[in-house]
Amino acid sequence: MLFPAPSPPSPPPRVVITGAGIVTALGLGWRRNAEGFRAGRTAFRPVTLFDVSRQRVKVAAEADLPTALPSSRLSARQAGRLDRASTMLLLAALEAWQQAGWEPSDRLPLILGTTSGGMALGEAYFRQAVQSPRRHRRQPTRALYYQSQTQGRVVLDALGIGGPVTILSNACASGGNAIGHALELLRRGCATQVLAGGYDGLNQLVFSGFDSLQTLSPTLCRPFDAHRDGLAIGEGAALMALETLESARQRGAVILGELAGYGTTIDLHHLTQPHPQGDAALVAMIQACEMAGMTPADIDYINAHGTGTPLNDSSEAAAIRRWAGNRAATLPVSSTKASIGHLLGAAGAVEAVVCLMALREQWLPPEIAFETPDAACCFPVVREPQDAPLKIALSNSFGFGGVNATLVLRRWS
Amino acid sequence: MNRVFVCGLGAVSPAGWNVAALRESLDQGQPFPVQSLERPGWDKPLRVRLVPAPAQRLAFLGHPRLRRTSPVTHYAAAAALEAVAKVRTGNESDPRFGIIVCLQAGCVHYSYRFFDETLKDPATASPLLFPETVFSAPASHVASLLGNASLVYTLLGDPASFLQGLALGVAWLKEKRVDACLVIGAEETNWLRADALWHLDHRAIISGGAGAVCLSLNPVWSVGVELDRITAVHTYIALQPRSQAALAMRAELPAGSPEQLLCDGIGDSPRTDAPEIAAWRDWSGPRLSPKRILGEGLMDAGAWQCVAACDALAGGRFAAAIASLVGCNQHAIGARFVRDARRISHLPATLPAGNMAV
Repeated sequence: MLFPAPSPPSPPPRVVITGAGIVTALGLGWRRNAEGFRAGRTAFRPVTLFDVSRQRVKVAAEADLPTALPSSRLSARQAGRLDRASTMLLLAALEAWQQAGWEPSDRLPLILGTTSGGMALGEAYFRQAVQSPRRHRRQPTRALYYQSQTQGRVVLDALGIGGPVTILSNACASGGNAIGHALELLRRGCATQVLAGGYDGLNQLVFSGFDSLQTLSPTLCRPFDAHRDGLAIGEGAALMALETLESARQRGAVILGELAGYGTTIDLHHLTQPHPQGDAALVAMIQACEMAGMTPADIDYINAHGTGTPLNDSSEAAAIRRWAGNRAATLPVSSTKASIGHLLGAAGAVEAVVCLMALREQWLPPEIAFETPDAACCFPVVREPQDAPLKIALSNSFGFGGVNATLVLRRWS
Repeated sequence: MNRVFVCGLGAVSPAGWNVAALRESLDQGQPFPVQSLERPGWDKPLRVRLVPAPAQRLAFLGHPRLRRTSPVTHYAAAAALEAVAKVRTGNESDPRFGIIVCLQAGCVHYSYRFFDETLKDPATASPLLFPETVFSAPASHVASLLGNASLVYTLLGDPASFLQGLALGVAWLKEKRVDACLVIGAEETNWLRADALWHLDHRAIISGGAGAVCLSLNPVWSVGVELDRITAVHTYIALQPRSQAALAMRAELPAGSPEQLLCDGIGDSPRTDAPEIAAWRDWSGPRLSPKRILGEGLMDAGAWQCVAACDALAGGRFAAAIASLVGCNQHAIGARFVRDARRISHLPATLPAGNMAV
């Protein structure tokens, strides 16, 4: 029963990560991505999925997907209907699931963040409806699989779990919100295990949209660089298997890290522009650290939202400066969007998994293309691959419409 | 303290731009006339029920954030303002609002226009349109309009997700992160959305609009209704088809009685409606079916069911009301609302007729 809900446990349980799955343009799975992020590789190339000949910008971070899916409980018919976004979602889910070693369950919540769900199917529907209006073949399937709840149900069927499915669409904060929402469910005692993350596939509407706003970089995506000139679009998915510490210990699970804090706020400054001083971002970071019982002095690395647009990065830099105070001068910051682009609804989840990798393997993800520090950035931007003793990482995600999400992750040792 | 009060309701529907219009249409019980919507390249038009133009220009369109917004934002904003009328004073003492906007199809007008421009020539596609295609745009605009929002989420899903939104709002209230939580279900209609629904269900008549329920723990703001329960989420999976999920949801709710109203989601499509009809076959109390009157709004129709249930209680017409939301492709969830007994002390001598069938 959703209401009345059980009384929340006091104190709230600690929440740990026992599985993580990731798909980006750097590759499929933890190992390839960890190697790529550690080295600061970039994954941009000319767009092949749709015609960009009339766009200002012609590159993006497209993922290479396998021709065949790993085995799962999906029927061949279901598997044959998946679009790119669903495929990436499923690949990430299967990796997280296998790593966690979870068993099928009647009630295991799935919480997803996305901005455009199966938009590629929506685009195909539109084209056929306009160009061949009397042709109806495949249109019902597109109309159904376009919807993100259908994509969520595909994951349930593939893993043999019963849900419920919750889908958050807070624009580019969605993935961070999904993981944060899962943390809240576990802390409230509503579940002991939750699978959560984000996904988004590259599609023409969104690519053209950002290009129309002239927010895509015609050169290189260089977050926090004084000469930054925009973002790059990417695609991908990441999911985390989250559970209470008690549940993980009872199972004898391998614990990859702890999800310690979450904050979310709303910035009402403008639909597409953040407050110049990062007021709401500042509060999100404060909230997340309060939940985690930490101060800026405890944070060893920030994976910034860092899109590479002039307005976002200056606002976020201001928020970090105000939040961290003197600590900012020595606090390493980077944006992994320099490597894989902006993954929109997947960004917050992918970047949380990058933080988890960095904490587990003790390195900092660099921005190789970064050249000239912006005077507004009072923190060191990670420019070279380097090992580092990390205990706590903070990840920011900010979205169109103003929703901000901040996550705090702790190394498990 | 486990009581959650309904402190305001709002609605935009083919019946008009407020809850009174919704109530009147449901009381009359006559399906609204079906309109034709042209589908390019096809001589057979689509069947729809559209929201009428407002009687006068909407005052909130003067807000700088809402000037270029699409109908789904207009519907959401109008329903929101109606729902918070009792608790919002417009000054610094306003409650901290949580806002949860629930969508299924979302911002189809601007998505259609922007993608159409993109296919014709992406170099000239309008940057004014793109931000309004984003699912989170209506929530952001409503938050900006209210001005005192602390937490804002956009939930996607089938119509039963509206009750997920209510449950999330309750959690935020209980954790004292907000003082009032506004849950809105909204959709807008164009030929592409109507066409997509036609491909999934030839009998359904698409409509649009919004419904809003404002919740609070503060009894002072109560409109005389409180939330009694929201069932578990019964998800449609390979091992639990929609029919079984509907039965499982129904099993969590009480038996019918004359003083208890059922607001179901039954519309014009026997195939789609069959699981819900079967689940409530034993119901002996009065029943209201907003979709039969107003059409298949998807998320807004789920919201109308809850608004109609609460409105019937607020008017003192019943002691309790159930909203049965058997979503089209995700999950079945039900909710029960009861009269806040401190506010309304008696039932009317007669129950309204019209659409309410025993």
